[in-house]
Amino acid sequence: MKSWKLVIAGVAVSLVMSSASYAAKTDLVLGIVLEPPHLDPTAGAAAAIDEIVYANIFEGLTRIGPKGDVLPALAESWTQSEDGKVYTFKLHKDVKFHDGTAFDADDVKFSLDRARGNTSTNAQKGLFAAIDTVDVVDPSTVRVTLKQPSGDFLYNMGWGDAVIVAPESAGTNKDKPVGTGPFKFNSWAKGSQIVIAKNPDYWGKPALLDKATFRVIPDPAAATAALLAGDVQAFPVFPSYESIPQFQADPRFKVVIGTTEGETVLGMNNKKPPFDNPKVRQAVARAIDRKSLIDGAMFGFGMPIGSFFPPHHPAYIDLTAETAYDPELAKKLIAEAGHPDGFKTTLKLPPPTYARRGGEIIAAELREIGIEAEIIPVEWAQWLDQVFKNKDYDMTIVSHTEPNDLNIFSRDDYYFNYDSPAFKDLIKQIDATSNGAERTGLYQQAQKLLAKDVPAAFLFQLPKTGIWDAKIKGLWENGPIQANDLTAVKWLD
Amino acid sequence: MNIGKALANRSFCVGLIVTGMIALVALASFVWTPYPVAALDIASKLKPPSAAHWLGTDHFGRDILSMIMVGSRNSIAVASVSVAIGAGIGVPLGLWGAASGGYIDEVLMRFNDLVFAFPALLSAVMITAVFGPGAINAIIAIGIFNIPVFARVARAAALSLWSREFVIAAGAIGKSPARITRDHILPNLASLLIVQATIQFSLGILAEAGLSYVGLGSQPPMPSWGRMLFEAQTMIGLAPHMALFPGLAIVITVLGLNLLGDGLRDVLDPRFR
Repeated sequence: MKSWKLVIAGVAVSLVMSSASYAAKTDLVLGIVLEPPHLDPTAGAAAAIDEIVYANIFEGLTRIGPKGDVLPALAESWTQSEDGKVYTFKLHKDVKFHDGTAFDADDVKFSLDRARGNTSTNAQKGLFAAIDTVDVVDPSTVRVTLKQPSGDFLYNMGWGDAVIVAPESAGTNKDKPVGTGPFKFNSWAKGSQIVIAKNPDYWGKPALLDKATFRVIPDPAAATAALLAGDVQAFPVFPSYESIPQFQADPRFKVVIGTTEGETVLGMNNKKPPFDNPKVRQAVARAIDRKSLIDGAMFGFGMPIGSFFPPHHPAYIDLTAETAYDPELAKKLIAEAGHPDGFKTTLKLPPPTYARRGGEIIAAELREIGIEAEIIPVEWAQWLDQVFKNKDYDMTIVSHTEPNDLNIFSRDDYYFNYDSPAFKDLIKQIDATSNGAERTGLYQQAQKLLAKDVPAAFLFQLPKTGIWDAKIKGLWENGPIQANDLTAVKWLD
Repeated sequence: MNIGKALANRSFCVGLIVTGMIALVALASFVWTPYPVAALDIASKLKPPSAAHWLGTDHFGRDILSMIMVGSRNSIAVASVSVAIGAGIGVPLGLWGAASGGYIDEVLMRFNDLVFAFPALLSAVMITAVFGPGAINAIIAIGIFNIPVFARVARAAALSLWSREFVIAAGAIGKSPARITRDHILPNLASLLIVQATIQFSLGILAEAGLSYVGLGSQPPMPSWGRMLFEAQTMIGLAPHMALFPGLAIVITVLGLNLLGDGLRDVLDPRFR
C-alpha cells in the first residue's frame, strides 16, 4: 500500500513539473513522414525539402500565404508595366544571408538566371519559362522582362523552387542551406532529425520560436505513439488516418482537417496498350467507387474529384458524375474496347498509405469487371525511376501535391504519356490570360476535357490531416503549397 | 516406429492433433470459406467478432476467419517448399561430404559455414529486396538458409555412421560409397531428418510471417498472416481483434509444430530409446 502511495506521489510531482516546464516553451518538435534527400529547394522536386526550408530558411521575391494568396517577401513591392510584360521589384534593404553576406539585386539576378539557365538542375524550370531578361536597376531594384504576359508570374515566384540564394553558398545549400529566412539551419542527423534555430538578425518580423526540430517518423504506428507520448508536439500531415478519431476525442490535441493541392490519381500509361484506348481508361474510372475508396483507404478523410483540380479553388467544378461508379457500364466499355474477358495488368504502388491501401481496394474493384491487376509495391526511389522517369508501368497511384499543376497533362514527356493538342492549346491560353473571369472559363474547359479524356482516373483530394498540441498556435490549417511555415507559430500557456 | 510408444508421448499427440487440425483448415479453405477473401465490403469494416463474422472483419470489411483460413495455405506452402529446398539440397551435400571426406568435405562445409554465418532473416530480406517481394522469392530466400542446417545434421550423423561396423563391412564386400550411403546411411538418418524438418517447418512459418510483415512476402490479394498483423498494428486501438487472431494463428501453428517435433524426436531418436 505504502509503496503505491509513493508511486502516485511521484507521478503527481512529475506531472506538475512537466506542466510547469511547458509554460515557457519556445521550442517545437514536428513530425514529418519523409526525410528530404537534401535541403536545396532549387535543385530537387521532393516535397520534403520545401516542408522544411520554405519560408523558414529560404525566401523568394514573393511568397504563398496560408490561403494560397501571393504575398510580398524579399520584394517589398512591385509594379507591372502597361503591357504586362515588365515587372519592377523593389527589394527590402538591410537583408543579410545567414552566413553574413548581404542580399541585393545581384543575388536576385543570380538566382533567377541560375534557375532558368541551361545547366540548371531546378525541378520546376517551367516556372521561369516566361522570363526573357532579368536586369539589376540598382542594388534594391530588379526589373524582370517577360517574353509574353503571364498571369501566373507572381505566383510562380512564390514557389520554393524560386527562392533567392547567394552565389557564395548556392553550391553547398544541399547540406548546409543558407537563406535569408527567420530560421537558420542548425544540424541534420541523417535518418533522424533536422534542427533549425531562430535567426536573430532577421530583417522582418522575428520568429516566435527559438528552435524547431523536424523529426522523421515514416511509420504511422510510431507517429501515433510519438504524438501521444509528447515526443513530437505537432504532425502537420499525420499519416495514420485511422487514429485521427482517437486524437479528436482527446482535449490535449487539436485536429485540423484542411485542404491540400494533392490531387490523387490512378495514373495510366496512355501510350501502352490496352490503356491507349480511351474506352479502357473510361472503364477503369467507372469501375472505381470513390466513396468506398475514401472510406476504406482514408477512413473517410478526403474529397472525391472528377478532374485534376482542387475543390477549394474558385474555378473548380464538380465533375465526379462524369465518371461515376458504374461497373455494368465499365464491363460494357471493356467489351467494346475488344477485351470482353478482361485482361491482366500491373499496378505499381509507392509507399504512402493512400496508395498502398487504395491500390488494394482498386485492384479488388477492377477484378469485378475482369481486370486482373497485379499489385507491385515499390519504394519512392524505384517509383521515381521506373514510373516517373522511364514510364515503365501500366497503372500507378500517386498524389500530385504541387499547386497549380494542371499543366502537367500538357507536358510532352510526363509519365501519363497523355498527348492532346486540344489540352495543350488550352494551357497555352491559360498561361497568356491574366483576366480572372476568362481564366476561370478556360480552367473549367480544361477540367471538362480531362474528365472526358480520362488520361488518369481521378480519385480524391488528399486532406491535410494536421494534429498538434492544443496549446500551439499559428500552424497552417491548409496546405496551399508544400510548406510548414513556422514564422507565426508559438506556444500558448 | 512404435505406435504404442508414440501415443504414450503427450507432446507428440498434442502436436499431431494441432498440426493436423491446421492442415485440415488449410485443405478446407480450398473448398469453403465463410466469405470470399478477395471481395471487399468497406461498409462493414472493423466489425468486432459476431455471429456473422466469427473473428470480426478487417479494415476493408473482409472476414478475418476466411483470411486466416486462406492465409494458412500460404504459410504452409511457403514453409513446406522451403523445407523441401533445404532438405533436397542440404542432405545430399552433407552425405556427399561425409562420404568423400578430405578436401571435398572441407570445401562443402566451409561454404556451408559461409551461408550459415549470415543472419537468416536479414539475408532473406536482402534477397527479396533485390529480386522483388513475392511468395516465390520468399520461398527461395527461406529455402537457401535451410540448406546448411540440413547439410550439417546429415553430415554429422553420417560421419558417426561411417565408423560403424556394418558400414565398414558393406565397404569390405565392395559396395561403392554412393550405394552405402543409399542403402545404409540414409535409412538410419531418416528419423533425425524428419525431426529437423518439422522444426525447420515451424521456423519457416515464422520467417514467412516476418517477411510478410515487412511487406516482402506474398502480395495482396493473397492473404498472409504476417501482413494481416502489419495491417492491424495501426488499428490496434480501434480493432484489437485484427491483431489478435492472426497472431494466435501463428502462435498455435508454431507451437503445434514444435511439440510435434519434440515428440517425434523422443519417439524416433535412437539416443532416447
